[in-house]
Amino acid sequence: MSFTRRKKMLAATAGAAVAALTLAACSSDGGDTDSTDEATGGTDTSAEEVSLTLATFNTPGFSNSENDAEYQYDLIEEYMELNPNVTITYDRKAESGDARENFFTKLGPGGLADVEMVEVDWMPEVMQYSDLLTDLSSDAVDGRWVDYVEAGATDADGRLIGYGTDTGPQGVCYRADLFEAAGLPSTPDEVATLLDGDWANFFAVGDDYVEGSGGSAFYDSASGVWQGMTNQLDQAYEDPDTGELIVLDNDAVKANYDQLMAASETQSSHFGQWSEDWFAGLSNGAYATMLCPPWMLGVIEGNATDTTDWNLANVYPNGGGNWGGSWLTVPASGSNIEAATALAEWLTAPEQQAKAFANAGTYPSQVAAYDDEAVSGAVNAFFNDAPIGEIFADRAQAVVPSPYKGEYYFQVNDAINNALTRVEDGTDDPEASWDKAVADIEGIG
Amino acid sequence: MASTDLDTSKAYSPWRQRMGMWDRKASPYLYIAPFFIVFAIFGLFPIIYTAVISLMDWDTIRNSGEYIGFANFDYVLNDRKFWVSLRNTFSIFLLSSIPQLIIATFIAAMLDHHLKARTFWRMGVLVPYVVMPVAVALIFSQLYADEYGLVNHWLGMVGIDPIAWHKEVIPSHVAIASMVNFRWIGYNALIMLAAMQAIPRELYEAAALDGASKARRFFSVTLPQIRPTFIFVIITSTIGGLQIFDEPRMFDTAGNGGADQQWLTITMYMYNTGWGELNFGRASAIAWLLFLIIIVFGLLNFWLTRRFVSSDQSGSK
Repeated sequence: MSFTRRKKMLAATAGAAVAALTLAACSSDGGDTDSTDEATGGTDTSAEEVSLTLATFNTPGFSNSENDAEYQYDLIEEYMELNPNVTITYDRKAESGDARENFFTKLGPGGLADVEMVEVDWMPEVMQYSDLLTDLSSDAVDGRWVDYVEAGATDADGRLIGYGTDTGPQGVCYRADLFEAAGLPSTPDEVATLLDGDWANFFAVGDDYVEGSGGSAFYDSASGVWQGMTNQLDQAYEDPDTGELIVLDNDAVKANYDQLMAASETQSSHFGQWSEDWFAGLSNGAYATMLCPPWMLGVIEGNATDTTDWNLANVYPNGGGNWGGSWLTVPASGSNIEAATALAEWLTAPEQQAKAFANAGTYPSQVAAYDDEAVSGAVNAFFNDAPIGEIFADRAQAVVPSPYKGEYYFQVNDAINNALTRVEDGTDDPEASWDKAVADIEGIG
Repeated sequence: MASTDLDTSKAYSPWRQRMGMWDRKASPYLYIAPFFIVFAIFGLFPIIYTAVISLMDWDTIRNSGEYIGFANFDYVLNDRKFWVSLRNTFSIFLLSSIPQLIIATFIAAMLDHHLKARTFWRMGVLVPYVVMPVAVALIFSQLYADEYGLVNHWLGMVGIDPIAWHKEVIPSHVAIASMVNFRWIGYNALIMLAAMQAIPRELYEAAALDGASKARRFFSVTLPQIRPTFIFVIITSTIGGLQIFDEPRMFDTAGNGGADQQWLTITMYMYNTGWGELNFGRASAIAWLLFLIIIVFGLLNFWLTRRFVSSDQSGSK
C-alpha cells in the first residue's frame, strides 16, 4: 500500500479546499453516441472507424510516449497497425494517485476513458462499484491469469471487471556481503534454504543476523513485513460475506501484530518506507533484507548504484506474497465498449505482456507469459545476474488469493500501519499504540 | 448636487432624464455583476452544496446520499484527529507567521537603504517565492531526514543530539514552518518595502533633526507608517496559514501527517477524509467547520484592524 501512498504524495499538491468543493462541476463529454458500435473483433479492413481512449499511470510499458528512452516495442502503434480502423488516444497519468482521483471523480457522472487502468491498491474500492464497469469475462480469457489476479477482479456475482496486466510476486532481496559478515550463508540458494519456513523462522534468522552483525537491523521496516504477513491471512479486516469489520475480534491480526512488534524492536531499521532515511539505507547497509516484488529491483538499483552486493533469493516466508499490480477495466458508460474490450484483451494477452516486460520491467500476471523466453530467460545484472524470470515465475505460482479486501480495507490498514510506525518511532509502546489504532478503527464507517 | 444640475437643465427630455437617472443608479451594479455571477456559480453554489452534502452519508460516485442530520459534524467534533489537526494548524501558523513578519520587516528595512545594485537585491528576495512549493518541500525533506539528513549532520558537528524531525510534534512543526518561511519571507518583505518607500522622507529628516537614532526612527516613524500594510500582511498570512496544505503534505512520503498525526493540518485531514477514505459527507463537514473558523478569525481581524486604524488616526493628530 505504501507504494500508492508514495505516489499519491508526489502528486498531491492541489488545493484541498478547492478539491472538496468543486466536485459538482464535472460532466460527461461522451458526445459521440451516434456511432454504431460494430467495432473490431478480429476483422479489420472494412470495419468502421473507431477512436478509443486508453488511460494508464506510471510506466506500464505500452507506448514509447511513456518514457524518454525508446522502448523495444510500441504496443499502441502495433495495435493500430493491426486494426487500421482504430485510433487510440493514449493518456498516461504520472502517478497512480492521480489516476485514482480521476477515476472516482468521473466514474459516476461519466467521462472516463474507454479503457481505464486500475491499481491493486485501490481495486477493493473499485470493486464496490463493479456494476458500473463492463463484465469482461469470456472464453478467450478463461484461465489466462494466475489465480489471485483473476480473483482480485472478480466481484461477488462472478463478474470479471478487469484484465490483469502486471503483478508483484515477492521474493526476498538481501545484501550478500552483510549476510556473510554476520556469519550467515550468503549465496541465493543457501539463503532460500535458510528462509524457507514460516514467519517465526524468518524472525529467528533475523535474531541470528542481529547478533552476528553486532546489532544491525535485519529488515527495512515493520510496514513492509506487515503487508507480507497480513496478505497471507484468509480473513483479515472484514468479513467476506457481510463486509463488516471483524479486525478487532480477529486474533490472527493481533497475533501478527504482537509477533512483528516483538521482532521489530531489534530487527527493523525503524525507517518509514519511502522515507529519505529508508532510501539511504538501501546503499549504506542499515538493513540487510527486504521483501521484494519485481518492480522493487529497479527502486533498489536506482538508489544503491554503488552497492554491488544486493541479491535475490527464490523464497518467501510462509508461502507467497504479492505487492502491486494492475488491471485494465472498461467503464460501462463508454460508447465503444466492444472495441475497448478487444483492445484490453489484446494488451493483456501473454505475448503483449511479455513485450511490456521487456519494455518497462512490468512483470506479467499471465501464466503463459512465464514460458515466454523474453520473461523466463530474464536476468538482472545489478542483482548479480539473478535469474529473475525464473524466480518470479516460481514466486507468482506460490501466491494464494489474498484475504477479502472490502470497502474499509485501506482505512483499517492505514490505522494499523500508523500503529506500527508509532512503535517504530518510539512515540508509543506496542500496546498503547494498538489502543490508538483500535480507537481509529472504531470510528470507521 | 446632481439633482440641482438636472433641475436647471430642462432642455433634457423626461425620457432621457429618466434614462440618465437609471444609468447612474444601475450601472455600478451592472459593472460589478459579472464578479457576483461568477462568485455565485463557483463560490456560493459549492458552499451551499457542501452544506447539503455535509448532512448526508454521501456516495460521490453514485451521486446520491442519505440524510443523516448532523452525524458527520458529531463524528468530526468527537474525532481526536480533528482537534489534533486544529492544534497543529495553529501551531504551524504561529511558528511561521511570527518569525516571518519580523524577518520580512527587517529585510524590508534593510532594502529601504541606499544599496548598490538595488534591483538585484530586491528581486533576489523574491526568488524563493518563484520556486514551486513541491520543489521546496522535496529539498527540505532531504535536509530534515531523521538519520542521514544535513540538518542533523550539522547539529552533530556542533555537538547537538539529532532531532527527530518526523517523530516529535514541535520539531516537525518547526521544520514545516521553515519551509513556509523560506517561501513567503521575501514576498512579504517586498510588500513591506513598497509601504516603506511611500513614507514621506521629511518625517525621517524631522526625526533626525530632533536627534532620533536609527533604531528610534525605525520604531517611531517606519513601523507606525506601515501599519495598514502590516495588517494586510497579517490577514493574508492568517488565511493562508489556516489553509496550509502543500508543505505538511510533502513533509514525508506518506503525506498523511505522521503516524501519530504529529503534523496533520486541518486541510490535510479534510483531504484525507474526502479523497483518501472517499467519505465526502465528513469531508464536507470539515470544510464547513474550517469555513466557520476562518470567519471567526476574519471577524477578529476586522475588530483588530479597526482598533489599529483608529489608534493610528489619533496618533497622527
